Amino acid sequence: MIEIRVHGRGGQGSVTAAELLGFAAHSDGKYAQAFPSFGSERMGAPVQAFVRISDKPIRIRSQVYKPNYVIVQDPTLLEVSNVLDGLQENGLLLINSKKKATELGINTKARVKTIPAMEIALKVIGRPIMNTTLLGAFAAATGEISLEGIRKAIQHKFPGSVGEKNIAAVLKAFDFIKKESV
Amino acid sequence: MRLDLGAIAKAGTSKANQTGGWRNFKPIFHQKKCNSCDLCRIYCPEGCVTMIEKKKYTVDYAYCKGCGICAEECSSSDIEMVVEEK
Amino acid sequence: MSTTFIEGSIAVAKTVAVSRPHVISAYPITPQTHIVEHLSELVANGELKSEFVNVESEHSAASVVLGSSATGARTYTATTSQGFLLMIEVLFNIAGMRLPVVMTCVNRAVSAPINIWNDQQDSMTARDSGWIQLYAEDNQEASDMHLQAFKIAENKDIMLPVMVCMDGFVLTHSFDPVELISQEQVDKFLPPFKPEYYLTPKNPLTFGTLVGPDGYMETRYFIEKTMHASLQVISDVAADFHNQFGRFQGGLIDTYKVEDASLVLVAMGSIIGTIKDIVDELRAKGQKVGVLKVRSYRPFPKDEIYKALNHVKEIAVLEKAVSLGYGGILVNEIKSVFYGKPKTPKINGFILGLGGRDITVDTIHQTIKETVKASSEEKFIGLNEALIGGK
Repeated sequence: MIEIRVHGRGGQGSVTAAELLGFAAHSDGKYAQAFPSFGSERMGAPVQAFVRISDKPIRIRSQVYKPNYVIVQDPTLLEVSNVLDGLQENGLLLINSKKKATELGINTKARVKTIPAMEIALKVIGRPIMNTTLLGAFAAATGEISLEGIRKAIQHKFPGSVGEKNIAAVLKAFDFIKKESV
Repeated sequence: MRLDLGAIAKAGTSKANQTGGWRNFKPIFHQKKCNSCDLCRIYCPEGCVTMIEKKKYTVDYAYCKGCGICAEECSSSDIEMVVEEK
Repeated sequence: MSTTFIEGSIAVAKTVAVSRPHVISAYPITPQTHIVEHLSELVANGELKSEFVNVESEHSAASVVLGSSATGARTYTATTSQGFLLMIEVLFNIAGMRLPVVMTCVNRAVSAPINIWNDQQDSMTARDSGWIQLYAEDNQEASDMHLQAFKIAENKDIMLPVMVCMDGFVLTHSFDPVELISQEQVDKFLPPFKPEYYLTPKNPLTFGTLVGPDGYMETRYFIEKTMHASLQVISDVAADFHNQFGRFQGGLIDTYKVEDASLVLVAMGSIIGTIKDIVDELRAKGQKVGVLKVRSYRPFPKDEIYKALNHVKEIAVLEKAVSLGYGGILVNEIKSVFYGKPKTPKINGFILGLGGRDITVDTIHQTIKETVKASSEEKFIGLNEALIGGK
């Protein structure tokens, strides 16, 4: 079983990102579970959402404490939240940032990757909502979910042209990470 | 009544239950000073006062409990409560 | 089996919708909101032909469902926490009038202090109300339980309301794979509701009429007797459901690796899933552990629990509620199962997860350690020592 934690701010679609990740994994034929950090969410306040993906039915209902992957939607969160909390050493920290990972000065043994998700989202979707873009980067960096799975998830959640624009942003982010890895 | 199923009872029990037997005092409508204000009919808790025509009311003694509210409310003191003799 | 990746609340709302309720009345309150919002949306879109009655409070919602159920309408409501407490006066009336209302009690802590997170204090507080109470382990079970609930409630020998209890947020706000039930399947499983007595101008009746000292005690006796009779009906409906849908989550109880266990954890609701993971982990290390899920809390299945646990040496009861001034509620009912029996296992009680405190793998390991080590005792687990002055 792998566990993912998404950090964002209220209104950035972190819970939706978790839902889409879970939906994608489910349509890839895996078991999945996605849930928010429970509580009264307010616009702009730091929030978290969690995903579990497994080959077997998922029974555990506690929050995620030792994530394999952490996704950070908003680089300003690095200052206010401990995004590294419990992150496994062989895991990955994926951050929405224009900067290179080494420029962020993050002290962790885990891999750190950045993606200019805000820029991609503004260019392709036309709105500063980078949750779907980050999913493309996540798929490319980890291989835990397929592009086809993300496509199905987005089409299910956002039918029509909104969904298509989001899928275009996903593909762009996927290519960005893949090129970087070559 | 079905006690085994939520105490379900036939409706209309206030009709079946002839409360006239409870009466100690009986209202007598003198029909002398009556001004048809209708208060006796409106206030009667049993709904057993009926207006027959202007300034003329009747009581269904099968249901009148003798509570005296009609006499108390009567705006022209035209109703008298007298001891029930059986 | 084809599953949909769906939020627990929406899965429940969809199951309620295909159960063809004539009347739904509810007042929105966190974390129940998504369920009634979705139902209201289905009604507004014309996808569900039900009367959705908007009300100004939970007391009114409960009163509306009481009245509509008495007219012979299949009726549903949902609430949680303070809203549930506001309903309680009417809940006793609904049960007393033998009206088969189905309700989702989304389990949440009660005030004060105000807290919107999960525990099971709300529904546990109404355990004496005459409602059948079923507790769901996961969203598949929560969804399926609603369909079963209508069938149990409307059984002509039962005619009692059923409360489906599901953990707030932990289940309601979690997305999981759920096999949704189609309209055709429901229509095969759940016959139309045709009560023997119902309110109609053609045949005026009084429900819950004045009953004096000469008859009131008998009304209570009949409910108690019916509650016991419902033990069989709950099992039968679970078996019917299994036959038609191929899924079985237990009738009155469910057990996991209990048969040869020496230590069994007993609990209700979503915590069961986490415990199952721990049971497997400890079994791999050779420890004979199992878990028993109390699925039907009212009626309380004493005989089934005794049968399942009479060979066990140690029992740990984990519960998310407390009877203040007494202690654990479920633990003492489990203890009562063994009263007067030849062998009594060591029974420890643990109160945990109140007000949404996360129940982690470590929390559960701690209860097992305490049970193995201590003589029978009851205690809070997972307290923050810093907040209670290290005591």
